[in-house]
Amino acid sequence: MNNNELPLWEVFIQPKTGAQFQHCGSVHAADKEMALQNARDLYTRRQEGTCIWVVKAEHIISSNPDDSESFFDPADDKVYRYPTFFKVSKKAKGL
Amino acid sequence: MADSTLYKYVLSLGDDALVSAQRLAQWTYKAPFLEEDIALSNISLDLFGRANLYLEYAAELKGGNTTADHLAFKRNERQFTNLLICEHPNGNFADTNVRNLFLDTFHKLFLEKLVESKDKQLAAIAEKARKENSYHFRHSSSWVIRLGDGTKESNSKVQTALNNLWMFTGELFEMNKVDLEMSSQKIGVDREALKPQWKSIITDVLTEATLNIPEDVFMTSGGRDGIHTEHLGHLLSDMQYLQRAYPNAAW
Repeated sequence: MNNNELPLWEVFIQPKTGAQFQHCGSVHAADKEMALQNARDLYTRRQEGTCIWVVKAEHIISSNPDDSESFFDPADDKVYRYPTFFKVSKKAKGL
Repeated sequence: MADSTLYKYVLSLGDDALVSAQRLAQWTYKAPFLEEDIALSNISLDLFGRANLYLEYAAELKGGNTTADHLAFKRNERQFTNLLICEHPNGNFADTNVRNLFLDTFHKLFLEKLVESKDKQLAAIAEKARKENSYHFRHSSSWVIRLGDGTKESNSKVQTALNNLWMFTGELFEMNKVDLEMSSQKIGVDREALKPQWKSIITDVLTEATLNIPEDVFMTSGGRDGIHTEHLGHLLSDMQYLQRAYPNAAW
């Protein structure tokens, strides 16, 4: 079997129940079941997770680095989008 | 003092695990692709862990200065009591997965019974091994289905593997004196009774894989009596090399 023929899958692990899934790497696999098993063998050997997601890499839509200026720079001068921009009223207790 | 029946029983289970583990470890760095290399090595390590538990218990039963290492590295071929299927060479990837499927399916049923053993130690080992084995079964059965229901070439390779290995499956269900005594004391498992279920699981997997169940053939055996195929000696010489070349080497 030629490794190049096997599709790439991205692996997401949930460290504990209720936590967010985190991207942890990728595996090669021919189908869903193999992708899950390979991910389990590669990324959960040391009890790293309680649940695994695998997604075919081709199904992930990525932004293009060439677009980063138009995508991300406009947020540069909008400090009011950080909660720390605002003064907290002294009357507000328990924040 | 003659070896106790329980010792012989535990030793044979340990030998099955140890020889299977060593055999499977021979895939390390040679598997078809990286992920599968890690998967097979992982399974091999699980089996080494299982072997260690059985052999440590066997060493304790044997008493004296016997250790698990002693049992693994200082017995010769005739003293090993593993089933012949465990020592069978890896062959191609289909051969290995068929052998794993036969063994994993057997252990699925065997360990389910062994957890009820009156011997607490054996029951505890079985409980741990049972979980690992259900993953091993998932791995081997999904590969047999994938290869069987794959291309014409993969189907023919896995069918050939099935036909070649079928003659080693009879031994899985043989009951020798040790098995009979342990089973009657509710310490061991009635292997013979597992056969119908084993065959039904294998049939289900092979049907899904569009493969044919091999016809019944002459079944070979002898492993439990230390009568092995020529393959075990080679495997042991590799595994035992260090202790043979440098006796009692430790680190």
